[in-house]
Amino acid sequence: MILLSKINRSKYLLLLFLPALIHIIIFKYIPMFGVVISFKDYNLFKGIWASSWVGLKYFKMFVNNPDFFVIMNNTFMLGVYKLVFVFPAPIILALLMNEFPLSWFKRSVQSVSYLPHFISTVVIVGMMLNFLSPSGGIINVMISWLGFKPVNFMIHSEFFRPLYALSEIWQHAGWEAIIYMAALSGINPHLYEASVMDGASRWKQMIYITLPSIVPVIVIMWILSIGHVLDVGFVKVYLLSNPSILNVADVIPTYVYRVGLLEGSYSYAAAIGLFTGIISLTLIFTSNWISRKTNETSLW
Amino acid sequence: MKVDPLKTISAIILCGVVVVTLFPFIHLIAISLSRDVYVLRGDVLLWPKGFTFKMYEYVLKQDNIKLAFKNSTFYVLLGTFISLLFTAMGGYALSRQEMIFRKFFTMLLVFALLFSGGMIPTFLVVKTLGMLNTIWAMIIPGAISIWSLIIMRTFFSEFPKEIEESGRLDGLNDIRIFIYLVLPLSKAVLATIGLFYAVGIWDDFFSALIYLREERLFPLQMVVYNIVISNMDPNANMNMLSSGGEKIVSEQLKYTTIVVATVPIVIVYPFLQKYFAKGALIGSLKG
Repeated sequence: MILLSKINRSKYLLLLFLPALIHIIIFKYIPMFGVVISFKDYNLFKGIWASSWVGLKYFKMFVNNPDFFVIMNNTFMLGVYKLVFVFPAPIILALLMNEFPLSWFKRSVQSVSYLPHFISTVVIVGMMLNFLSPSGGIINVMISWLGFKPVNFMIHSEFFRPLYALSEIWQHAGWEAIIYMAALSGINPHLYEASVMDGASRWKQMIYITLPSIVPVIVIMWILSIGHVLDVGFVKVYLLSNPSILNVADVIPTYVYRVGLLEGSYSYAAAIGLFTGIISLTLIFTSNWISRKTNETSLW
Repeated sequence: MKVDPLKTISAIILCGVVVVTLFPFIHLIAISLSRDVYVLRGDVLLWPKGFTFKMYEYVLKQDNIKLAFKNSTFYVLLGTFISLLFTAMGGYALSRQEMIFRKFFTMLLVFALLFSGGMIPTFLVVKTLGMLNTIWAMIIPGAISIWSLIIMRTFFSEFPKEIEESGRLDGLNDIRIFIYLVLPLSKAVLATIGLFYAVGIWDDFFSALIYLREERLFPLQMVVYNIVISNMDPNANMNMLSSGGEKIVSEQLKYTTIVVATVPIVIVYPFLQKYFAKGALIGSLKG
């Protein structure tokens, strides 16, 4: 009864929250339960409940697939490229911008730097494909100015991962730098003043004050990134890939798209999704645990 | 005054960052405004040569582009309105201490941030709801961004209590307080989140790819994809001039299409910056 009266008091608030709640249940939670189709032979006509239970059949199918290693490796390698090259870029950018506190220069650079984040991936890949075109694309035009022959970047697999990483940096580094800028702006200025009195150069200040102060933020972002190492964005890889480079460009999301949505093997594709999700989960728990043990900073 | 090497190097690198960020746009615009002969010779770098609006006239006359532009605009307007409304309502409710089940709902949100059903189950939900190949597929599945919800919650939780209290003294219920007192004073956060949603919907290619089948529903990004990336647009093979004219037109067509699809974002960008930089958002992000 007390419960009912409490609900009554919050009734307008609950009403306000209702659309968001319904949306989250339908589009976030029901799909979570929907992964159950990965254990069944999902038949569209029979629906979820009537479809027969097949246990780990599709998981086994994925692992035994001859392409399994290639796809996992491609996905993993892109993830590694992201962690090694893309992750540090916003940090470096923020550190550099921090050298000009409160100046018009820093503000202008920052304003320009996060523009690409709002441009659609289709447009960005469109730009890339055209700039890199062997017939007239500006990059190849510049290459021929230097006396070299034009290169068809898009069909040679060794360029795929660097191009992916570079385009990720171009698109998102400016935006991601914002978090680090916020952290940098929170550093106590007295620390710098004291170090100047001790004769520290700007460089020494960076190593002994700036970097240690933002380590907690970096660690948290790092943990989140590791958890997402397999989470290579579908759209960019899909748009950048073509038949010539499938040996490096076929990754889990594109494979799931092909097998699940184009070929209709819903259960199989869902199983792959669940499989990857569990790996990501393990990674994020592990890296969080390691971080907690080594320097007491962690997500939980 | 001693010249600090770190500062100089930083300045140089940052200038490089600005150049690398802006160059693609400048080059795009230059090519789209140039005469085809110069583009063929690879003469166009930063500045249009043989200034002409011909490509724009051509692109803006194409039926598929006009339709897609209208579609995208419609999706953005309706979608932003719905998203902003539900997100603001939800964020406000969640920010009130007295709301029952508040902690539980918050956990629901955070959990959904970390875990997701995946591409296939989500697709099947949309399919089961009968939204495939309808305008709703572009608006509803992505209607609530949990991040935005949390940001709004943080913003509203810092809202001065006196306003809410004075509303109660006047006998207003929560909904009226929200609409008449809180919303009018929240313009900055509404503008920022609204613009984020708008840009997200305008840029959305993925939803169109997996949920839409009919060309009449395609948003602009899908048409950009067809013209620029998958080379499926029959108009791209139009023969405009002799001597390699076909190829030129198709390249310029692609660049011009990209500019047309991106101009709205660039126009909106300064407004987005203005509200975002006000710090309302950064403070909420920190929280």
